[in-house]
Amino acid sequence: MSAQIEIQIIAIIVAVACSIPGVFLVLRKMAMMSDAITHTILLGIVLGFFVVKNLDSPLLIIGATLVGLLTVYLVELLGKTKLVSEDSAIGIVFPLLFSVAIILISRYAGNVHLDTDSVLLGELAFAPFNRLKIFGVDIGAKAIYTMGVILILNIGLMVVFFKEIKIAIFDEQLAAVLGFSPVIIQYGIMTSVSITTVGAFEAVGSILVIAFMIGPPISAYLMTDSLKRMIGISAFIGAFNAVIGYQFAALFDVSIAGMMATVTGATFFVILIIAPQRGIISVLIRRKKQRIDFAKKSMLFHILHHEGKPNESIENGVETIYHHLNYSKDFLQKIIDIVRNEGILIEENNVFKLTQMGKKYTINSYEEIVQSFNAEYEGE
Amino acid sequence: MNIYELFMSDYTLRIVAFGSALLGLVSGVIGSFAVIKKQGLLGDAVSHASLPGIAIAFLLIQHKNIGVFMLGALVFGLIATAVIVAIDKYTRIQMDSSMALVLSTFFGFGLVLLTYIQKIPNANQAGLDKFIFGQASTLLKADIYVIVAVGILLLVLVVVFWKELKITCFDPVFADSIGVSSKTVSYILSTMIVLSIIIGLQTVGVILMSAMLVAPGVAARQWTNKLSIMVVLGGIFGAISGLIGTLISSVVPKMPTGPSIVMIISVIVVISITLAPNRGLLWRYLRNRTNAGNINDDQVLMNLYDLAINHQNVYHSHHIRAIRPTTTANKKGLHALAITLESLRMKKYVKKEPFDEWAITDKGIEYVLNHPMRKEEAYVSSN
Repeated sequence: MSAQIEIQIIAIIVAVACSIPGVFLVLRKMAMMSDAITHTILLGIVLGFFVVKNLDSPLLIIGATLVGLLTVYLVELLGKTKLVSEDSAIGIVFPLLFSVAIILISRYAGNVHLDTDSVLLGELAFAPFNRLKIFGVDIGAKAIYTMGVILILNIGLMVVFFKEIKIAIFDEQLAAVLGFSPVIIQYGIMTSVSITTVGAFEAVGSILVIAFMIGPPISAYLMTDSLKRMIGISAFIGAFNAVIGYQFAALFDVSIAGMMATVTGATFFVILIIAPQRGIISVLIRRKKQRIDFAKKSMLFHILHHEGKPNESIENGVETIYHHLNYSKDFLQKIIDIVRNEGILIEENNVFKLTQMGKKYTINSYEEIVQSFNAEYEGE
Repeated sequence: MNIYELFMSDYTLRIVAFGSALLGLVSGVIGSFAVIKKQGLLGDAVSHASLPGIAIAFLLIQHKNIGVFMLGALVFGLIATAVIVAIDKYTRIQMDSSMALVLSTFFGFGLVLLTYIQKIPNANQAGLDKFIFGQASTLLKADIYVIVAVGILLLVLVVVFWKELKITCFDPVFADSIGVSSKTVSYILSTMIVLSIIIGLQTVGVILMSAMLVAPGVAARQWTNKLSIMVVLGGIFGAISGLIGTLISSVVPKMPTGPSIVMIISVIVVISITLAPNRGLLWRYLRNRTNAGNINDDQVLMNLYDLAINHQNVYHSHHIRAIRPTTTANKKGLHALAITLESLRMKKYVKKEPFDEWAITDKGIEYVLNHPMRKEEAYVSSN
């Protein structure tokens, strides 16, 4: 397998593995926790290294995961005192743990290859050089296997505990009443976030982990209301970002992780613009439709109201009606054209009149509005 | 060599220490507002997001110039803030998600530009990444001038817009109603936050700058409920940690400056949260203990009262075992009860008779009858 293909496979696995816990982080409004954890796991790796003196030991992953959970615990502990708001708590805890890690590295591990920059930035291009060998046989890049295991773990946890996680995310009280401890589920999700981060950061760096965890889920959040579909869509978008990001990075010969993060942002903005229902374009179209509909009905009510009254020729006059409705002449002309084409308005002696059909339509829509208003009023 | 001698003899150290202290002062003052507006993490997002601004500034002028870098960082910091706020406002995506997205994608874009710059044959690019990750020891006199200039500008802005900032932070609706546009003031505040982050980037770096913005404000908040005192305290805490952190890093070998500053400010936060009068955790614990003790005392006295009114002579004494018949009368319980009774006797609510018997006094009866809990019971039963 060529290095290019391997890099892309690693990136896709990381992207999909990150998007699963990412969905839960986004829905639980804890996205910035990913920022905190991606930084503080450095402390776990440093401490683990001091214990085993070996950078390849699996104990480092355990240490890093524990420090990830410690971060969550400390943030919650600080928030629980009510003396510090939750966002400030994150802003205090993670720089502190990160500082401890940097001090430990620069004082006691200066000669070891534990580069703080590489933790943050990552270098995907080097990932294929780290091979996994079984009985001396090269079976592929190590990252494929470590991240593959983490991906399977994430999928497995999600499938087994889907119902519990879903209830705990959307209705914490109900979950507690039904006997699923929201605290345990919370820490379960955070364990998954920590393990995924630890596995991924060596290959792609913490910044890309944050991008992979948050970018695809919030893109998917704009496209669907179903949790299952949201997970599926974000996994797909994550993989898409990874491949496209790699292609651009190879084309311009720039940082792969950086380009994947950039593409993640770009994908989000494209979806933000074109997403059905929640995208900017469809929101604008809907608003325009509503505006025209509102103006149309206002005008019809106005005409019906003044029909047959003494001042009808002024109120409903072709030249004067825009003045009474307080719309600009151009805008009202557009509305009039629409209504005329629908055959509910005609012009008689320079005065607008409703046709038989028009009257029926106007009265119907008036009743509809009154009914919906009443329903809302009674509902309260 | 003691620190004072080192400080006086080392010119570079003086420069760096002065710069760090000033930076701490400014970020403490500005950060206090960020903490109150719950925008602490915005600093983290913005400091990452300003990276492409620095890279683009370098691409445009092809050499290192801190002023131009800051301008680039400022532009991208403001764009990032605007994007974060817009996503939060116009979509159903929450602020924290939009911050995480902007933080990571802008930073990623900055990395792309940095790697692109590294390919350009230009010797000037060296050390550009140090600018982002912070290296206080590289501070030059020229950099200090920039920090001083921007710092003073920010402090003046705080003084000039004090009233507006204050009402916008606490009651934006009220601000709008009296003709202060809370939107405009929020933009000004965001710009000030971005500026204070940018002058800190070179000293403590992207990641630790968020601590410099949040921690002094959080520490100051514990000591006071007044914004003016909080802002001043925040500035002092920031300055102290900047100064001490720099000194420690110069005395202790291989001690990086940024992390050492963050350690000091974190210690100040811990002290403030535990020891600050009124709000501090220690005082809260003591208060809760006193309250629990008082409630216990009152309960014992009421039990005694209930026993007493069942007798013709209300001053009839009761044995200690009879006073609290519902609780398990083990030795420890009795001992605690004796202590409680003793403290009631000090207040002259009960008096002690021979053979461990206790009787209520007039003062005790009066206290029970006027007790809020007793009154509430009477109110409930009369209804």
